[in-house]
Amino acid sequence: MLEITDLSGIATLQDLGRRGWNKFGVPVSGPMDWFAHRAANSLLDNPPNSAAIELGLGEITLHALRNTVIAVTGAGFEVENYIWTFPLWTSFYVRAGWTVRIKKISGGNWAYLAIAGGFDSPVIMNSRSTYLRGGMGSALKTGDVLHSGKPAKELLTLAARDFPAVPRDLSRAPDEQDKSCSTVPMRYSQSPTIEVIPAPQADWFTADGIRTFYESEYTLSPSFDRMGYRLQMLPSSSLLPSPSPAKGIEKNITKELISEGLTMGSIQIPADGQPIVMMADAPTTGGYPKIANVIHVDLPLLAQCETGVSKIRFRETTVGEAQEKYKFLCRAGL
Amino acid sequence: MLKPLGDSSILVQLGDKIDPTLNQRVHALNALLQTIPSVTETVPAYCTVLVHYDPLISTYNEIKNLIEEKLALIDDATHRPSRRLEIPVLYGNASGPDLEPAARTLALSPSELIRLHSEREYTVYMMGFTPGFPYMGILDERLTLPRMSTPRTHVPAGSVAIAGSQTGIYSVDSPGGWHILGWTPLTLFDPMSEIPFLFAPGDIVKFIPTDSYRKVHFAPGIAKNR
Repeated sequence: MLEITDLSGIATLQDLGRRGWNKFGVPVSGPMDWFAHRAANSLLDNPPNSAAIELGLGEITLHALRNTVIAVTGAGFEVENYIWTFPLWTSFYVRAGWTVRIKKISGGNWAYLAIAGGFDSPVIMNSRSTYLRGGMGSALKTGDVLHSGKPAKELLTLAARDFPAVPRDLSRAPDEQDKSCSTVPMRYSQSPTIEVIPAPQADWFTADGIRTFYESEYTLSPSFDRMGYRLQMLPSSSLLPSPSPAKGIEKNITKELISEGLTMGSIQIPADGQPIVMMADAPTTGGYPKIANVIHVDLPLLAQCETGVSKIRFRETTVGEAQEKYKFLCRAGL
Repeated sequence: MLKPLGDSSILVQLGDKIDPTLNQRVHALNALLQTIPSVTETVPAYCTVLVHYDPLISTYNEIKNLIEEKLALIDDATHRPSRRLEIPVLYGNASGPDLEPAARTLALSPSELIRLHSEREYTVYMMGFTPGFPYMGILDERLTLPRMSTPRTHVPAGSVAIAGSQTGIYSVDSPGGWHILGWTPLTLFDPMSEIPFLFAPGDIVKFIPTDSYRKVHFAPGIAKNR
């Protein structure tokens, strides 16, 4: 049992999402960084679909009302308990009466706090995920007391666990990995190359438009939320004739797209030519042409990109390779 | 035509226009897809079905083959039983603030507009925008209006509205740019209910004009533009 004694930013409960209602217009929701969410629950032997706190853009202070074990994962945060600082991607014992603070530092947007047994909250349409626009669940606030379910094991056996480091290159076998690179818990980066698969309307864009898309560098615009990440094209640093950020990504088919389904990671190009990547609370359908779709294993990398700091590039890959990497990452400690 | 959308979704494109017969095929296919175990979600739209699947269970080629098997079946299934819903609508006044301005723009009397809007049966082509919002069509050509240039910031749930060749009902209080002709007291979306949605994609809908405040207990106020 944890009481929120102080909170800034946006904190919601998320499980793996609300599945099966897309056809009625209900977004999946769930975590922005699925890997960090799964890892937090996995550290505590919770079922993968257990609810955890997702914290973004701020800080949270919690007061333990009972002995428990928690795990914090994600990027861009630090966990403090009086004089100690706990590393992320570990589980630790919290005694009744202790105060734990998750503090924002740089290097990411979202942190996940899981509790032994998973957070208990009302189940709405088979899910504990909060979807604020749809009035499902509500944002957490100071004074909320959060209950948890029955832990999978004796508390002490769940504490002081470390999540194994994830190989940086998911296409290579574990024994072929460069050991010096495998000390990070997840492959987060300030300048990630995000792999994408060409989307159904990729042929609506001019050859120049496609080149601009893959050769440009982007950062996250300040207007981002759980629904979508708007990207800003950065001026090119190369000496070659460069795409103009002002022009954006050009289309040669200008008819309107008849609305069709969308998914997390879909990259839509609206009239201004600047990409918008759909995220966890993405609407189920959309009417902008989609140039590409971010692969599953790279969604966490994009989710943790910081406004104005991160330098994002896109690289084309195939469905087969993307699915192999996903299988590989799912085996990596989850 | 099947194309990947990322590594865990596949878009099935059956055509590229807004057409009732084409949309029937969409819903026929959508019904058949529900039996594939690796399918996690489907999003039937006007002329496409987006199929979300679990790549740990089916590879892209496997799911593609499974969908193609279902596609081969829909040509025989042109007639699919649909639910038919009658929706009471209180047209005009505070319930439908755009009825009179829309009628003026269309050079119709308000009662002609109501007649043209309510005498047709519509199909729920797609659901989206907000949970439970039905996109329905096709409107009589004489009712075609562009979206409003300045959307309202608040449209009450239950508002019956038109835009382009389509009609819809706002499922939750939300912003909106369609022309509001009336209001229905029916609840379109209740997340706490066992059956959260009034409509499902593929339903047949008919509007029944009503002027009885006994049937329609109250009319909500409509927020003024901005």
